[in-house]
Amino acid sequence: MQGRVQSTELAGYTVHELRSATGTTVHEYESSSGTVFAVAWKGPFPPNLEQLLGSQFEQYQEAMKNSPGRTGHGPITIRLPNLVVQLAGHMGDYSGRAYIPDEVPAGTSLESIR
Amino acid sequence: MTMIAKLCMPALATSVIAAAFLNACGGSSTKPNAIAAPASNVQAIAVNSGPANDYVNGAFTSVKVCVPSSSNCQVIDGILVDTGSYGLRLLSSTGGGALTLPLVNQTSSNGSPIGECAPFVSGLTWGRVATVDITISGEKASGIPVQVIDGSFAALPSECTRFGVPEQETLTGPNGLRANGILGVGPLVQDCGTPCTHTGSGNPGLYYVCAGTTCTVTTVALAQQVQNPVAAFATDNNGVIVQLPSTSTPASSLTGALVFGIGTQTNNAVNNVTVFPINSNIEFNTALSGQTYPAFVDSGSNAYFFLDSSKTSLPDCPDPNASFYCPGSNTSFSANTSASGGSSETVKFTIGNADSMFSDSTAFVFPALGGSNPGIFDWGLPFFFGRNIYTAISGKSTPSGQGPYWAF
Repeated sequence: MQGRVQSTELAGYTVHELRSATGTTVHEYESSSGTVFAVAWKGPFPPNLEQLLGSQFEQYQEAMKNSPGRTGHGPITIRLPNLVVQLAGHMGDYSGRAYIPDEVPAGTSLESIR
Repeated sequence: MTMIAKLCMPALATSVIAAAFLNACGGSSTKPNAIAAPASNVQAIAVNSGPANDYVNGAFTSVKVCVPSSSNCQVIDGILVDTGSYGLRLLSSTGGGALTLPLVNQTSSNGSPIGECAPFVSGLTWGRVATVDITISGEKASGIPVQVIDGSFAALPSECTRFGVPEQETLTGPNGLRANGILGVGPLVQDCGTPCTHTGSGNPGLYYVCAGTTCTVTTVALAQQVQNPVAAFATDNNGVIVQLPSTSTPASSLTGALVFGIGTQTNNAVNNVTVFPINSNIEFNTALSGQTYPAFVDSGSNAYFFLDSSKTSLPDCPDPNASFYCPGSNTSFSANTSASGGSSETVKFTIGNADSMFSDSTAFVFPALGGSNPGIFDWGLPFFFGRNIYTAISGKSTPSGQGPYWAF
């Protein structure tokens, strides 16, 4: 992924903002200890999830493929033991986030990961 | 699913380098909910279990596709009506779909077939692009690009797998499409638009030219992209109205109408509805409990997908239905939809326990089905029950202004 990077320091973590060439914005959440504990995205096309999830991508994909339940189309939440991935939107408007629950700094609301 | 733990820091590091207008107009008045009588611009639709016999809250219809300018045609039913996407996609019989008619491939200048990877939220469709004539009721779109969903077409390119959602190439199974196709009649014309006419990193990787089994990203002009057939109709081409009756309890099926055109005939006038212009994100707004969120209307989403437990106090269901809410008792909400220009409308809805609903194996229509969707409102199919919902296409004129807009 490439594009302009802008970083904003907040209480307990730093947000790096990246805008891809296809117009999708990615936010990366880095704790003060240097751990990236979350990513979030929004834009006209899905992001490169393989790059965003790194070594977790294959496990995520496997869980996604086996996601059970009564059937239909809609947003989806994949919960792995220590990674949550949430996908939403519709064609032309994709959003989502991935976070490591155990690494989210104390006092940080999940609502701010977007 | 035994898995661990960390987002890959090096990959992430690489990627690093690299007011709601209240009551200005509208309100919660009683809305018309007529179902149009049969006519040349009216197509019957039904919410039922679909061709895989297990679809929940899906609206299905049929389309007739023909080899262009020929009488070589096939009528295909079990097509999902989707106001959240653009263009017709047909599941090939190789994946258990109904399409058997040999279609004419769209090709590149050197004769190689064009393929498409179309990302949806919870899956993607992959296969070649073909050109067909589409007839729905009395409306016809000639020489329109559609996608033939076919996993055997070629290997999935890496630019497509990186979207991270599974390929949906079969009718049934864990990632089954559960429809013989998808009829995308949303507020845009093309499924990609100008980004797919660009070369280099600005091209999102939806279209491919395939030599043998190897596919590489290509540019495709707007007119050759898979697109909303309604926009190409000779008449009644500025949008659609989805009309479904209300139901207060789960049901086995509902029948309604997909009406073509907005304000083009006596049966599709803009009557007593509020118009919500759609912004450049393909969204409008919805407020709940004093906070405003992005929102969209999508018949192809099968529930009220909105916010999360921290905002709704509705617990997620245990697996396998964790995408849905499972409250202890039915819970009512009152939200306020709004858009630029001051349009506003109060929407009242009720969410019930999905696990309890699903225990009735004969029901496939669930008016109180909800699920989480952090920070967003996705007004899915239950929102359509008991409403006439207008979707006006971008750039098209209607008596209530130019599209894109939703009105209800």
